[in-house]
Amino acid sequence: MKNKLSILLTAVILLLIYTGVRLMESGGVLLPYHVQILSLCCINVILVVSLNLINGFTGQFSIGHAGFFAIGAYLSAYLTVKLQVPFVPALICGGILAGITGLAVGLPALRLRGDYLAIATLGFGEIIRVIILNTNAVGGARGFSGIPKYTTFGLAYLTAIITVVAIRNFVSSDYGRACLAVREDEIAAASLGVNSTYFKVLAFSLGAFFAGTAGALFSHYLQYMAPTPSQIGFLKSIDILIMLVLGGLGSITGSIVAAVVLTVLPEFLRGFAEYRMVIYPILLIAVMIYRPAGLLAGREFSLDSLLNLFKGARTRVDHS
Amino acid sequence: MSTTAELMVNNLSVQFGGLKAVDQVSFALQPQSLAGLIGPNGAGKTTVFNALTGLCPVTGGEISFNSERLTNEPPHAIARCGIARTFQNIRLFKNLTVLDNLRIAYHKNRQYSLLCGLFRSPRFRREEAQITAKAKDVLALVDLADKADHLAGSLPYGEQRRVEIARALMLDPKLLLLDEPAAGMNPQETTALLELIRRLRDELQITILLIEHDMKLVMNLCEKLFVLDYGHLIATGDPKSIQSNRRVVEAYLGGNLA
Ligand SMILES: Nc1ncnc2c1ncn2[C@@H]1O[C@H](COP(=O)(O)OP(=O)(O)O)[C@@H](O)[C@H]1O
Ligand SMILES: [Mg+2]
Repeated sequence: MKNKLSILLTAVILLLIYTGVRLMESGGVLLPYHVQILSLCCINVILVVSLNLINGFTGQFSIGHAGFFAIGAYLSAYLTVKLQVPFVPALICGGILAGITGLAVGLPALRLRGDYLAIATLGFGEIIRVIILNTNAVGGARGFSGIPKYTTFGLAYLTAIITVVAIRNFVSSDYGRACLAVREDEIAAASLGVNSTYFKVLAFSLGAFFAGTAGALFSHYLQYMAPTPSQIGFLKSIDILIMLVLGGLGSITGSIVAAVVLTVLPEFLRGFAEYRMVIYPILLIAVMIYRPAGLLAGREFSLDSLLNLFKGARTRVDHS
Repeated sequence: MSTTAELMVNNLSVQFGGLKAVDQVSFALQPQSLAGLIGPNGAGKTTVFNALTGLCPVTGGEISFNSERLTNEPPHAIARCGIARTFQNIRLFKNLTVLDNLRIAYHKNRQYSLLCGLFRSPRFRREEAQITAKAKDVLALVDLADKADHLAGSLPYGEQRRVEIARALMLDPKLLLLDEPAAGMNPQETTALLELIRRLRDELQITILLIEHDMKLVMNLCEKLFVLDYGHLIATGDPKSIQSNRRVVEAYLGGNLA
């Protein structure tokens, strides 16, 4: 009963946020520029939550997430621009190709551990970027321009919700528990019948799939893709990683909060242009000193606990 | 089928570089028997368990379980065949709750598909409810029903050992391997453990092989003992004959066997 209530409440709140944005947009309170930033927030939420599945829940330290993002961005743009494919199928194709690449890269790379895996994924991301840089069909070094603006706030918002719900459901299922077991103790997990390679690769390619959809949303949001480190290379990967660590590994709500805050914050800091690159790192360092495990430190913020707080009831939230 | 042994170990050898940790060891376990593997520190007992569960490479010999060849199969496949174990240096998922530790171990029996999980289908909900119910039942079996929501790492040592046994039981094993289950327990806990192990064998009708240094527990509990020394199996028999076995007494340096 309580479960149903909180699902309903979540749905109502999500709908209210959407209509709120829409009303403020038509009322002129939010400028198109603001709505753009909100779309970017949704795209980053998808990136951070999907990276959390790999790094946070499965414990495989990947820093090549931008590679999957790039695959989705470029493939979907190629499909809509060159082949006139409608956007939603193009977005799904972008996700699928990223997922398949995740499978192909994950199978050999996930045999590596810790630092070695991090370096291998970093290398993978750069390889993708160099391939794009040398592919004339997608603009090569000049960049890919003339991409139609198909990404609306509504679509980005919906995709983000689907991603969050899917990953939340995944981690609370037996599949996600197997990933947690691999993260916590691979030997114990194996002795319980968990095929650790299978679940590492599964989490990796599922995360890659969602990163690919985020890429598709991004290229049809910016309408121009440049094969630079900051847009699809290691700097982008590091950006996503910073959001993840700030929100807390293993916390989905933490990832959402961090993605939104770290997307909006630089825009606020635009006014202090010359101090921006000082304030941003100082904030990060402060958070890491006072909350070393991230803002939410592996815990989840939930409506259930909020409801309980209101009722004054201190019962535990059960699992099912 | 005839009354063949459930577990057959034939000339098992495990070599680490130049060290023969286990050397040509052969033994067999009958279904629903309760046996002990003993020997001085470093004799190779844990290595035998690791070989049986696929956690270290077997360099010679054969292992078969219910006529299935298990030699050098990966650990997750061996677990699926019905062999579960605990570890000498407890390997619980310390940052997860006791209940989640047990729910993870249901893994091999899970039926629902990935899509059912992603969409939380009715089938998913039904099976998850069953998993939780089963985990609670198994916890009750080891007397830890009230600890379900505690973090596994926060429990006292003796309770962690029981959680690890419960987690292994979630696999519905036919053979349970316990590596020093009484280590770190006080005398009362050890007595309770002895009764628990006996009850598990009788009620669940499983085969149990345990490694233990507490000779009182071993002699009271086990029907059959295998004694290892420097990787060699030096004696096999019932507790009485082992106690009076000259080679065994020598191996323990006339130690605390009586
Ligand atoms: N993974 C390993 N690599 C190298 N040597 C090992 C390894 N595991 C165990 N050994 C060695 O094998 C011998 C037997 O160890 P072990 O099986 O743990 O003994 P026991 O459990 O009887 O005390 C010891 O000498 C130990 O140092
Ligand atoms: Mg040992």
